[in-house]
Amino acid sequence: MTGNTPMADYNFAYLDEQTKRMIEQTKRMIRRAILKAIAVPGYQVPFASREMPMPYGWGTGGVQVTAAILGPDDVLKVIDQGADDTTNAVSIRAFFARTARVAVTTATADATIIQTRHRIPEATLTADQVLVYQVPIPEPLRFLEPRETETRTMHALSEYGLMHVKLYEDIARHGHIATAYAYPVQVAGRYVMDPSPIPKFDNPKMDDCPALQLFGAGREKRIYAIPPHTRVVSLDFEDHPFERNRFDVPCALCGATDSYLDEVVTDDQGGRMHVCSDTDHCESRRAKGHRGTMLADEPVHPADRRSKLEAAE
Amino acid sequence: MPEMNTQPRPLLAAGFADPVFDSQSAFRAAMEALARPGRIRPVGTASLADAPLLPSAAALVLALCDFETPLHLSAHLGGQSGVAEYLRFHSDAPLVPEPSRAAFAVLDLEQDRLDLEGFAQGTPEYPDRSTTIIACCASVETGAALTIAGPGIAGVASLRVAGLPADFAAQWAANRAGFPLGVDVLFAAPGTIVGLPRSARIIGETG
Repeated sequence: MTGNTPMADYNFAYLDEQTKRMIEQTKRMIRRAILKAIAVPGYQVPFASREMPMPYGWGTGGVQVTAAILGPDDVLKVIDQGADDTTNAVSIRAFFARTARVAVTTATADATIIQTRHRIPEATLTADQVLVYQVPIPEPLRFLEPRETETRTMHALSEYGLMHVKLYEDIARHGHIATAYAYPVQVAGRYVMDPSPIPKFDNPKMDDCPALQLFGAGREKRIYAIPPHTRVVSLDFEDHPFERNRFDVPCALCGATDSYLDEVVTDDQGGRMHVCSDTDHCESRRAKGHRGTMLADEPVHPADRRSKLEAAE
Repeated sequence: MPEMNTQPRPLLAAGFADPVFDSQSAFRAAMEALARPGRIRPVGTASLADAPLLPSAAALVLALCDFETPLHLSAHLGGQSGVAEYLRFHSDAPLVPEPSRAAFAVLDLEQDRLDLEGFAQGTPEYPDRSTTIIACCASVETGAALTIAGPGIAGVASLRVAGLPADFAAQWAANRAGFPLGVDVLFAAPGTIVGLPRSARIIGETG
Protein backbone atom coordinates (compact mmCIF):
# COMPACT_ATOMS: atom_id res chain seq x y z
CA MET A 1 0.00 0.00 0.00
CA THR A 2 1.29 3.44 -0.80
CA GLY A 3 -0.62 5.11 2.00
CA ASN A 4 -1.65 8.54 0.84
CA THR A 5 -2.23 7.82 -2.83
CA PRO A 6 -5.63 9.33 -3.50
CA MET A 7 -8.46 7.42 -5.09
CA ALA A 8 -7.00 8.26 -8.50
CA ASP A 9 -5.35 4.92 -9.06
CA TYR A 10 -8.55 3.27 -7.97
CA ASN A 11 -8.61 -0.45 -8.78
CA PHE A 12 -6.69 0.89 -11.75
CA ALA A 13 -3.08 0.24 -11.02
CA TYR A 14 -2.99 -3.31 -12.34
CA LEU A 15 -5.57 -3.02 -15.07
CA ASP A 16 -5.10 -2.63 -18.79
CA GLU A 17 -6.72 0.16 -20.77
CA GLN A 18 -9.60 -1.97 -22.04
CA THR A 19 -10.53 -3.15 -18.55
CA LYS A 20 -10.49 0.43 -17.24
CA ARG A 21 -12.89 1.47 -19.98
CA MET A 22 -15.16 -1.45 -19.16
CA ILE A 23 -15.25 -0.55 -15.46
CA GLU A 24 -16.09 3.07 -16.24
CA GLN A 25 -18.77 1.98 -18.71
CA THR A 26 -20.32 -0.34 -16.10
CA LYS A 27 -20.43 2.47 -13.56
CA ARG A 28 -22.07 4.81 -16.10
CA MET A 29 -24.77 2.23 -16.81
CA ILE A 30 -25.49 1.77 -13.10
CA ARG A 31 -25.46 5.54 -12.58
CA ARG A 32 -28.09 5.98 -15.31
CA ALA A 33 -30.21 3.28 -13.66
CA ILE A 34 -29.91 5.09 -10.31
CA LEU A 35 -31.16 8.36 -11.84
CA LYS A 36 -34.22 6.60 -13.30
CA ALA A 37 -34.83 4.77 -10.02
CA ILE A 38 -34.89 8.10 -8.17
CA ALA A 39 -37.28 9.65 -10.73
CA VAL A 40 -39.72 6.70 -10.45
CA PRO A 41 -39.66 5.83 -6.72
CA GLY A 42 -40.09 2.12 -5.98
CA TYR A 43 -39.88 1.02 -9.64
CA GLN A 44 -37.26 -1.67 -10.33
CA VAL A 45 -34.90 -0.44 -13.06
CA PRO A 46 -33.21 -3.31 -14.92
CA PHE A 47 -29.48 -3.07 -15.53
CA ALA A 48 -26.80 -5.35 -16.95
CA SER A 49 -24.91 -6.67 -13.92
CA ARG A 50 -21.23 -7.34 -14.52
CA GLU A 51 -18.84 -9.86 -13.04
CA MET A 52 -17.82 -8.83 -9.56
CA PRO A 53 -14.92 -10.18 -7.51
CA MET A 54 -17.36 -11.92 -5.12
CA PRO A 55 -20.17 -14.44 -5.59
CA TYR A 56 -23.87 -13.54 -5.89
CA GLY A 57 -25.49 -13.65 -2.49
CA TRP A 58 -22.66 -11.70 -0.90
CA GLY A 59 -23.96 -8.27 -1.70
CA THR A 60 -22.92 -7.77 -5.31
CA GLY A 61 -25.92 -5.52 -6.03
CA GLY A 62 -25.10 -3.28 -3.10
CA VAL A 63 -21.40 -3.30 -3.97
CA GLN A 64 -22.11 -2.21 -7.55
CA VAL A 65 -24.35 0.66 -6.38
CA THR A 66 -21.78 1.75 -3.78
CA ALA A 67 -18.94 1.57 -6.34
CA ALA A 68 -20.97 3.71 -8.77
CA ILE A 69 -21.72 6.53 -6.32
CA LEU A 70 -18.57 6.50 -4.14
CA GLY A 71 -16.24 9.50 -4.42
CA PRO A 72 -12.97 10.61 -2.81
CA ASP A 73 -14.75 12.65 -0.10
CA ASP A 74 -17.03 9.83 1.05
CA VAL A 75 -16.82 7.96 4.33
CA LEU A 76 -18.15 4.41 4.04
CA LYS A 77 -19.83 2.24 6.67
CA VAL A 78 -20.85 -1.37 5.96
CA ILE A 79 -23.20 -3.35 8.19
CA ASP A 80 -24.53 -6.88 8.09
CA GLN A 81 -27.57 -7.59 10.30
CA GLY A 82 -26.72 -4.36 12.12
CA ALA A 83 -23.14 -5.34 12.90
CA ASP A 84 -19.94 -3.80 11.51
CA ASP A 85 -17.80 -6.78 12.47
CA THR A 86 -19.35 -9.74 10.62
CA THR A 87 -17.50 -11.48 7.78
CA ASN A 88 -19.61 -9.94 5.02
CA ALA A 89 -19.34 -6.39 6.38
CA VAL A 90 -15.62 -6.66 7.06
CA SER A 91 -14.79 -8.03 3.61
CA ILE A 92 -16.89 -5.46 1.71
CA ARG A 93 -15.39 -2.63 3.78
CA ALA A 94 -11.88 -3.97 3.16
CA PHE A 95 -12.65 -4.30 -0.56
CA PHE A 96 -13.48 -0.59 -0.85
CA ALA A 97 -10.73 0.53 1.51
CA ARG A 98 -8.21 -1.29 -0.69
CA THR A 99 -9.57 -0.67 -4.20
CA ALA A 100 -11.00 2.82 -3.78
CA ARG A 101 -8.79 3.99 -0.89
CA VAL A 102 -11.91 5.49 0.61
CA ALA A 103 -12.24 6.40 4.30
CA VAL A 104 -14.22 3.86 6.31
CA THR A 105 -15.96 4.07 9.67
CA THR A 106 -18.20 2.06 11.98
CA ALA A 107 -19.87 5.19 13.43
CA THR A 108 -23.24 5.76 11.76
CA ALA A 109 -23.06 9.51 12.33
CA ASP A 110 -19.70 9.83 10.55
CA ALA A 111 -20.68 7.92 7.40
CA THR A 112 -21.80 9.52 4.12
CA ILE A 113 -22.60 6.16 2.53
CA ILE A 114 -23.90 3.19 4.53
CA GLN A 115 -24.13 -0.15 2.75
CA THR A 116 -26.42 -2.51 4.61
CA ARG A 117 -27.66 -6.05 4.64
CA HIS A 118 -30.92 -6.70 6.52
CA ARG A 119 -31.08 -3.65 8.85
CA ILE A 120 -31.60 0.10 8.95
CA PRO A 121 -29.42 1.77 11.61
CA GLU A 122 -31.21 2.87 14.80
CA ALA A 123 -29.75 6.41 14.64
CA THR A 124 -31.88 8.76 12.54
CA LEU A 125 -30.18 9.21 9.17
CA THR A 126 -29.44 12.68 7.79
CA ALA A 127 -29.73 14.49 4.46
CA ASP A 128 -25.96 14.07 3.98
CA GLN A 129 -26.20 10.28 3.91
CA VAL A 130 -27.07 7.61 1.34
CA LEU A 131 -28.27 4.19 2.52
CA VAL A 132 -27.43 1.37 0.05
CA TYR A 133 -29.33 -1.90 0.59
CA GLN A 134 -28.10 -5.30 -0.58
CA VAL A 135 -31.17 -7.01 -2.04
CA PRO A 136 -31.44 -10.78 -2.63
CA ILE A 137 -34.90 -10.85 -4.26
CA PRO A 138 -36.18 -7.48 -5.50
CA GLU A 139 -39.63 -8.51 -6.73
CA PRO A 140 -42.26 -8.36 -3.95
CA LEU A 141 -44.71 -10.31 -6.10
CA ARG A 142 -42.27 -13.10 -7.01
CA PHE A 143 -43.56 -15.69 -4.52
CA LEU A 144 -47.09 -15.07 -5.74
CA GLU A 145 -46.33 -14.94 -9.47
CA PRO A 146 -43.11 -16.53 -10.74
CA ARG A 147 -43.31 -15.08 -14.28
CA GLU A 148 -41.38 -11.83 -14.76
CA THR A 149 -43.61 -10.78 -17.70
CA GLU A 150 -46.65 -11.11 -15.42
CA THR A 151 -45.19 -9.20 -12.47
CA ARG A 152 -44.10 -6.39 -14.85
CA THR A 153 -47.68 -6.12 -16.10
CA MET A 154 -49.01 -6.16 -12.55
CA HIS A 155 -46.72 -3.25 -11.62
CA ALA A 156 -47.65 -1.43 -14.84
CA LEU A 157 -51.34 -1.69 -13.97
CA SER A 158 -50.87 -1.16 -10.19
CA GLU A 159 -52.56 -4.53 -9.80
CA TYR A 160 -51.55 -5.34 -6.27
CA GLY A 161 -54.61 -7.33 -5.15
CA LEU A 162 -52.56 -10.55 -4.91
CA MET A 163 -50.27 -8.97 -2.35
CA HIS A 164 -53.23 -8.22 -0.11
CA VAL A 165 -54.52 -11.76 -0.63
CA LYS A 166 -51.17 -13.07 0.64
CA LEU A 167 -51.31 -10.88 3.75
CA TYR A 168 -54.96 -11.86 4.24
CA GLU A 169 -54.04 -15.54 4.13
CA ASP A 170 -51.60 -14.80 6.94
CA ILE A 171 -54.46 -13.43 8.99
CA ALA A 172 -56.73 -16.37 8.16
CA ARG A 173 -54.03 -18.84 9.20
CA HIS A 174 -52.32 -17.11 12.11
CA GLY A 175 -54.86 -14.54 13.27
CA HIS A 176 -52.43 -11.74 12.41
CA ILE A 177 -50.08 -10.74 9.59
CA ALA A 178 -47.22 -13.18 10.20
CA THR A 179 -44.79 -11.63 7.69
CA ALA A 180 -41.96 -10.44 9.93
CA TYR A 181 -39.30 -9.35 7.45
CA ALA A 182 -39.22 -8.20 3.79
CA TYR A 183 -42.63 -6.75 4.66
CA PRO A 184 -44.00 -5.11 1.49
CA VAL A 185 -44.41 -1.34 1.25
CA GLN A 186 -46.03 1.07 -1.17
CA VAL A 187 -43.79 3.95 -2.23
CA ALA A 188 -45.14 7.44 -2.96
CA GLY A 189 -48.61 5.98 -3.42
CA ARG A 190 -47.64 3.99 -6.51
CA TYR A 191 -45.20 1.06 -6.66
CA VAL A 192 -45.30 -1.84 -4.22
CA MET A 193 -41.72 -2.58 -3.22
CA ASP A 194 -39.73 -5.20 -1.34
CA PRO A 195 -37.66 -3.39 1.28
CA SER A 196 -35.15 -6.33 1.27
CA PRO A 197 -35.13 -8.70 4.27
CA ILE A 198 -35.07 -6.01 6.95
CA PRO A 199 -37.26 -6.79 9.98
CA LYS A 200 -40.63 -5.07 9.78
CA PHE A 201 -39.45 -3.23 12.91
CA ASP A 202 -37.38 -1.10 10.51
CA ASN A 203 -40.18 -0.36 8.01
CA PRO A 204 -41.33 2.92 9.65
CA LYS A 205 -37.76 4.29 9.30
CA MET A 206 -38.11 4.30 5.50
CA ASP A 207 -41.02 6.73 5.60
CA ASP A 208 -40.11 10.43 5.24
CA CYS A 209 -36.42 9.49 5.74
CA PRO A 210 -34.08 12.48 5.20
CA ALA A 211 -31.48 10.23 3.51
CA LEU A 212 -31.62 8.88 -0.04
CA GLN A 213 -32.22 5.09 -0.05
CA LEU A 214 -30.87 2.99 -2.93
CA PHE A 215 -31.50 -0.75 -3.41
CA GLY A 216 -29.22 -2.99 -5.50
CA ALA A 217 -30.03 -6.59 -6.49
CA GLY A 218 -27.00 -8.16 -8.21
CA ARG A 219 -28.32 -11.56 -9.24
CA GLU A 220 -31.61 -10.20 -10.60
CA LYS A 221 -29.99 -7.02 -11.94
CA ARG A 222 -32.42 -4.47 -10.53
CA ILE A 223 -31.92 -1.08 -8.93
CA TYR A 224 -34.67 0.83 -7.13
CA ALA A 225 -34.82 3.85 -4.88
CA ILE A 226 -36.71 5.84 -2.29
CA PRO A 227 -35.89 9.55 -2.58
CA PRO A 228 -35.59 11.54 0.67
CA HIS A 229 -38.84 12.58 2.36
CA THR A 230 -40.96 10.12 0.43
CA ARG A 231 -44.12 8.51 1.77
CA VAL A 232 -43.50 4.79 2.42
CA VAL A 233 -46.51 2.84 3.71
CA SER A 234 -46.44 -0.77 4.94
CA LEU A 235 -49.35 -2.66 3.39
CA ASP A 236 -52.10 -3.61 5.84
CA PHE A 237 -55.84 -3.77 6.43
CA GLU A 238 -58.14 -1.38 8.29
CA ASP A 239 -59.00 -4.06 10.85
CA HIS A 240 -55.47 -5.47 10.93
CA PRO A 241 -53.21 -2.41 10.85
CA PHE A 242 -49.44 -2.74 10.39
CA GLU A 243 -47.74 -3.29 13.73
CA ARG A 244 -44.08 -2.79 14.48
CA ASN A 245 -42.81 -5.71 16.55
CA ARG A 246 -41.83 -4.77 20.09
CA PHE A 247 -39.52 -6.47 22.54
CA ASP A 248 -40.61 -7.02 26.12
CA VAL A 249 -37.07 -6.77 27.48
CA PRO A 250 -34.47 -4.00 27.18
CA CYS A 251 -31.01 -4.56 25.66
CA ALA A 252 -28.96 -6.51 28.23
CA LEU A 253 -25.85 -4.43 27.50
CA CYS A 254 -27.04 -0.84 27.01
CA GLY A 255 -30.58 -0.92 28.41
CA ALA A 256 -32.17 0.43 25.20
CA THR A 257 -35.92 -0.20 25.07
CA ASP A 258 -36.53 1.09 21.54
CA SER A 259 -33.98 -0.82 19.46
CA TYR A 260 -34.12 -4.08 17.50
CA LEU A 261 -32.71 -6.92 19.61
CA ASP A 262 -30.95 -10.16 18.74
CA GLU A 263 -31.28 -13.16 21.04
CA VAL A 264 -27.90 -14.55 22.08
CA VAL A 265 -27.52 -17.96 23.76
CA THR A 266 -24.96 -17.57 26.55
CA ASP A 267 -24.49 -21.14 27.87
CA ASP A 268 -25.81 -24.68 27.56
CA GLN A 269 -28.12 -24.26 30.57
CA GLY A 270 -30.76 -22.31 28.66
CA GLY A 271 -29.18 -18.97 29.48
CA ARG A 272 -29.79 -16.24 26.94
CA MET A 273 -29.65 -12.49 26.57
CA HIS A 274 -31.17 -9.92 24.24
CA VAL A 275 -28.78 -7.33 22.81
CA CYS A 276 -29.02 -4.55 20.22
CA SER A 277 -28.45 -5.84 16.68
CA ASP A 278 -27.05 -2.39 15.76
CA THR A 279 -23.58 -2.69 17.34
CA ASP A 280 -22.66 0.97 16.81
CA HIS A 281 -25.91 2.11 18.47
CA CYS A 282 -25.26 -0.17 21.47
CA GLU A 283 -21.62 0.88 21.84
CA SER A 284 -22.35 4.60 21.63
CA ARG A 285 -25.10 4.25 24.24
CA ARG A 286 -22.71 2.42 26.58
CA ALA A 287 -20.06 5.09 25.94
CA LYS A 288 -22.62 7.65 27.13
CA GLY A 289 -23.09 5.71 30.37
CA HIS A 290 -26.22 3.68 29.59
CA ARG A 291 -26.00 0.26 31.20
CA GLY A 292 -27.95 -2.95 30.76
CA THR A 293 -28.48 -5.62 33.40
CA MET A 294 -25.83 -7.99 32.01
CA LEU A 295 -23.06 -5.51 31.29
CA ALA A 296 -19.98 -6.46 33.28
CA ASP A 297 -19.20 -3.88 35.98
CA GLU A 298 -15.61 -3.43 35.04
CA PRO A 299 -14.54 -4.96 31.78
CA VAL A 300 -11.37 -6.93 32.50
CA HIS A 301 -8.90 -7.36 29.68
CA PRO A 302 -7.77 -11.01 29.40
CA ALA A 303 -4.15 -9.91 29.89
CA ASP A 304 -5.04 -8.17 33.16
CA ARG A 305 -6.98 -11.19 34.30
CA ARG A 306 -3.94 -13.39 33.73
CA SER A 307 -1.62 -11.10 35.65
CA LYS A 308 -4.15 -10.98 38.50
CA LEU A 309 -4.22 -14.76 38.55
CA GLU A 310 -0.45 -14.87 38.53
CA ALA A 311 -0.34 -12.38 41.39
CA ALA A 312 -2.80 -14.52 43.36
CA GLU A 313 -0.58 -17.52 42.91
CA MET B 1 -1.20 -1.58 -41.65
CA PRO B 2 -4.08 0.78 -42.54
CA GLU B 3 -3.22 3.99 -44.30
CA MET B 4 -2.89 7.00 -42.01
CA ASN B 5 -5.27 9.87 -42.57
CA THR B 6 -2.98 12.82 -43.18
CA GLN B 7 -5.74 15.39 -43.66
CA PRO B 8 -5.41 18.24 -41.13
CA ARG B 9 -8.34 18.15 -38.70
CA PRO B 10 -9.69 20.94 -36.50
CA LEU B 11 -8.65 20.52 -32.86
CA LEU B 12 -11.38 19.55 -30.42
CA ALA B 13 -11.69 21.20 -27.03
CA ALA B 14 -10.69 19.08 -24.06
CA GLY B 15 -13.02 16.71 -22.21
CA PHE B 16 -12.68 15.72 -18.55
CA ALA B 17 -9.13 16.12 -17.19
CA ASP B 18 -9.68 13.08 -14.97
CA PRO B 19 -12.50 10.97 -16.40
CA VAL B 20 -12.86 8.81 -13.26
CA PHE B 21 -13.17 11.63 -10.70
CA ASP B 22 -14.89 14.16 -12.93
CA SER B 23 -17.54 11.66 -14.05
CA GLN B 24 -18.21 10.59 -10.48
CA SER B 25 -18.49 14.18 -9.33
CA ALA B 26 -20.86 15.25 -12.14
CA PHE B 27 -22.97 12.11 -11.64
CA ARG B 28 -23.23 12.75 -7.92
CA ALA B 29 -24.45 16.29 -8.63
CA ALA B 30 -27.09 14.88 -11.00
CA MET B 31 -28.10 12.24 -8.46
CA GLU B 32 -28.49 14.81 -5.69
CA ALA B 33 -30.32 17.18 -8.05
CA LEU B 34 -32.94 14.56 -8.97
CA ALA B 35 -33.16 13.22 -5.39
CA ARG B 36 -33.86 16.73 -4.04
CA PRO B 37 -35.79 18.61 -6.71
CA GLY B 38 -35.28 22.36 -6.65
CA ARG B 39 -32.04 22.19 -4.64
CA ILE B 40 -29.21 23.88 -6.54
CA ARG B 41 -26.05 21.75 -6.94
CA PRO B 42 -22.59 22.92 -8.03
CA VAL B 43 -20.96 21.06 -10.94
CA GLY B 44 -17.19 21.16 -11.38
CA THR B 45 -16.35 22.13 -14.96
CA ALA B 46 -12.75 23.34 -14.71
CA SER B 47 -11.42 21.25 -17.58
CA LEU B 48 -14.41 21.95 -19.85
CA ALA B 49 -13.96 25.72 -20.12
CA ASP B 50 -13.31 25.55 -23.88
CA ALA B 51 -16.27 23.26 -24.65
CA PRO B 52 -18.47 24.60 -27.46
CA LEU B 53 -21.54 24.41 -25.21
CA LEU B 54 -22.36 25.27 -21.59
CA PRO B 55 -19.70 23.39 -19.54
CA SER B 56 -22.16 22.15 -16.89
CA ALA B 57 -24.33 20.59 -19.63
CA ALA B 58 -21.22 19.13 -21.27
CA ALA B 59 -20.17 17.63 -17.91
CA LEU B 60 -23.53 15.85 -17.58
CA VAL B 61 -23.31 14.39 -21.11
CA LEU B 62 -19.71 13.24 -20.62
CA ALA B 63 -20.53 11.68 -17.24
CA LEU B 64 -23.73 9.89 -18.25
CA CYS B 65 -23.65 9.12 -21.98
CA ASP B 66 -21.80 6.47 -23.98
CA PHE B 67 -22.30 4.19 -26.98
CA GLU B 68 -25.44 2.75 -25.36
CA THR B 69 -27.33 6.06 -25.07
CA PRO B 70 -28.85 7.67 -28.16
CA LEU B 71 -28.32 11.42 -27.78
CA HIS B 72 -30.52 14.10 -29.36
CA LEU B 73 -29.30 17.64 -29.93
CA SER B 74 -31.86 20.43 -30.29
CA ALA B 75 -32.17 22.39 -33.54
CA HIS B 76 -30.14 25.23 -32.07
CA LEU B 77 -27.35 23.18 -30.48
CA GLY B 78 -27.17 20.81 -33.45
CA GLY B 79 -26.55 23.84 -35.66
CA GLN B 80 -23.87 25.33 -33.42
CA SER B 81 -20.43 24.75 -34.81
CA GLY B 82 -18.53 21.95 -33.15
CA VAL B 83 -21.15 20.91 -30.53
CA ALA B 84 -22.11 17.61 -32.19
CA GLU B 85 -18.47 16.72 -32.93
CA TYR B 86 -17.41 17.55 -29.39
CA LEU B 87 -20.09 15.45 -27.68
CA ARG B 88 -19.73 12.61 -30.19
CA PHE B 89 -15.99 12.43 -29.69
CA HIS B 90 -15.90 12.69 -25.90
CA SER B 91 -18.96 10.56 -25.08
CA ASP B 92 -19.18 8.05 -27.96
CA ALA B 93 -22.96 8.54 -27.89
CA PRO B 94 -24.77 7.99 -31.21
CA LEU B 95 -26.64 11.13 -32.27
CA VAL B 96 -30.31 10.66 -33.17
CA PRO B 97 -32.42 13.26 -35.01
CA GLU B 98 -35.70 12.10 -33.45
CA PRO B 99 -36.25 13.29 -29.86
CA SER B 100 -38.57 10.30 -29.30
CA ARG B 101 -35.62 7.90 -29.67
CA ALA B 102 -33.28 9.74 -27.33
CA ALA B 103 -32.06 8.44 -23.96
CA PHE B 104 -30.60 11.90 -23.38
CA ALA B 105 -31.35 15.21 -25.08
CA VAL B 106 -29.61 18.56 -24.82
CA LEU B 107 -31.40 21.82 -25.63
CA ASP B 108 -31.12 25.52 -24.97
CA LEU B 109 -34.12 27.11 -23.24
CA GLU B 110 -33.39 30.53 -24.77
CA GLN B 111 -33.13 29.31 -28.34
CA ASP B 112 -35.22 26.15 -28.63
CA ARG B 113 -38.93 25.50 -28.33
CA LEU B 114 -39.51 23.11 -25.45
CA ASP B 115 -41.87 20.24 -26.23
CA LEU B 116 -41.80 17.66 -23.44
CA GLU B 117 -44.28 15.37 -25.21
CA GLY B 118 -41.96 14.95 -28.17
CA PHE B 119 -39.40 13.01 -26.16
CA ALA B 120 -39.38 9.31 -25.25
CA GLN B 121 -41.89 8.74 -22.43
CA GLY B 122 -41.05 5.10 -21.57
CA THR B 123 -43.58 2.27 -21.59
CA PRO B 124 -45.96 1.12 -18.83
CA GLU B 125 -43.72 -1.95 -18.24
CA TYR B 126 -40.45 -0.02 -18.64
CA PRO B 127 -41.01 3.64 -17.66
CA ASP B 128 -37.21 4.00 -17.46
CA ARG B 129 -36.99 3.90 -21.27
CA SER B 130 -37.56 7.63 -21.41
CA THR B 131 -35.53 10.73 -22.25
CA THR B 132 -33.54 12.61 -19.64
CA ILE B 133 -33.50 16.22 -20.84
CA ILE B 134 -30.50 18.44 -20.15
CA ALA B 135 -31.82 21.99 -20.56
CA CYS B 136 -29.24 24.77 -20.79
CA CYS B 137 -30.33 28.02 -19.20
CA ALA B 138 -28.80 31.32 -18.09
CA SER B 139 -29.56 30.85 -14.40
CA VAL B 140 -31.27 28.60 -11.87
CA GLU B 141 -31.49 31.44 -9.35
CA THR B 142 -33.48 34.01 -11.31
CA GLY B 143 -36.75 33.65 -13.17
CA ALA B 144 -40.30 33.11 -12.03
CA ALA B 145 -40.50 30.95 -8.90
CA LEU B 146 -42.42 27.72 -9.24
CA THR B 147 -43.54 25.96 -6.07
CA ILE B 148 -42.96 22.24 -6.35
CA ALA B 149 -43.81 19.21 -4.20
CA GLY B 150 -43.27 15.47 -4.36
CA PRO B 151 -40.71 12.77 -3.50
CA GLY B 152 -37.38 14.25 -2.44
CA ILE B 153 -39.00 17.41 -1.08
CA ALA B 154 -39.84 18.00 2.60
CA GLY B 155 -43.08 19.96 2.25
CA VAL B 156 -42.60 22.29 -0.70
CA ALA B 157 -39.59 23.69 -2.54
CA SER B 158 -38.98 26.56 -4.91
CA LEU B 159 -37.67 26.16 -8.46
CA ARG B 160 -36.36 29.11 -10.48
CA VAL B 161 -35.18 28.64 -14.03
CA ALA B 162 -34.45 31.57 -16.37
CA GLY B 163 -36.10 31.33 -19.77
CA LEU B 164 -38.83 28.77 -19.10
CA PRO B 165 -41.57 28.95 -21.74
CA ALA B 166 -44.89 30.47 -20.67
CA ASP B 167 -46.67 27.14 -21.00
CA PHE B 168 -44.13 25.19 -18.94
CA ALA B 169 -46.45 24.58 -15.98
CA ALA B 170 -49.11 23.21 -18.34
CA GLN B 171 -46.58 21.00 -20.13
CA TRP B 172 -45.28 19.75 -16.80
CA ALA B 173 -48.81 19.00 -15.54
CA ALA B 174 -49.31 16.80 -18.61
CA ASN B 175 -45.95 15.13 -17.98
CA ARG B 176 -46.90 14.49 -14.33
CA ALA B 177 -50.32 13.17 -15.33
CA GLY B 178 -48.66 10.40 -17.30
CA PHE B 179 -46.63 9.14 -14.32
CA PRO B 180 -44.84 6.72 -14.14
CA LEU B 181 -44.25 7.58 -17.81
CA GLY B 182 -42.67 10.91 -18.62
CA VAL B 183 -39.40 12.81 -18.91
CA ASP B 184 -36.97 14.00 -16.24
CA VAL B 185 -35.20 17.34 -16.59
CA LEU B 186 -31.80 18.54 -15.43
CA PHE B 187 -31.55 22.32 -15.83
CA ALA B 188 -27.94 23.34 -16.42
CA ALA B 189 -26.80 26.90 -15.67
CA PRO B 190 -23.20 28.14 -15.55
CA GLY B 191 -21.54 26.11 -12.76
CA THR B 192 -24.78 24.78 -11.27
CA ILE B 193 -27.63 22.39 -12.00
CA VAL B 194 -31.10 21.80 -10.60
CA GLY B 195 -33.31 18.76 -11.15
CA LEU B 196 -37.00 18.19 -11.88
CA PRO B 197 -37.86 14.45 -11.95
CA ARG B 198 -41.20 13.29 -13.39
CA SER B 199 -42.42 12.55 -9.85
CA ALA B 200 -42.46 16.29 -8.97
CA ARG B 201 -45.64 18.36 -9.16
CA ILE B 202 -45.79 22.11 -9.78
CA ILE B 203 -48.32 23.35 -7.26
CA GLY B 204 -47.96 27.10 -7.65
CA GLU B 205 -46.53 29.90 -9.74
CA THR B 206 -45.54 33.18 -8.17
CA GLY B 207 -44.17 35.93 -10.42
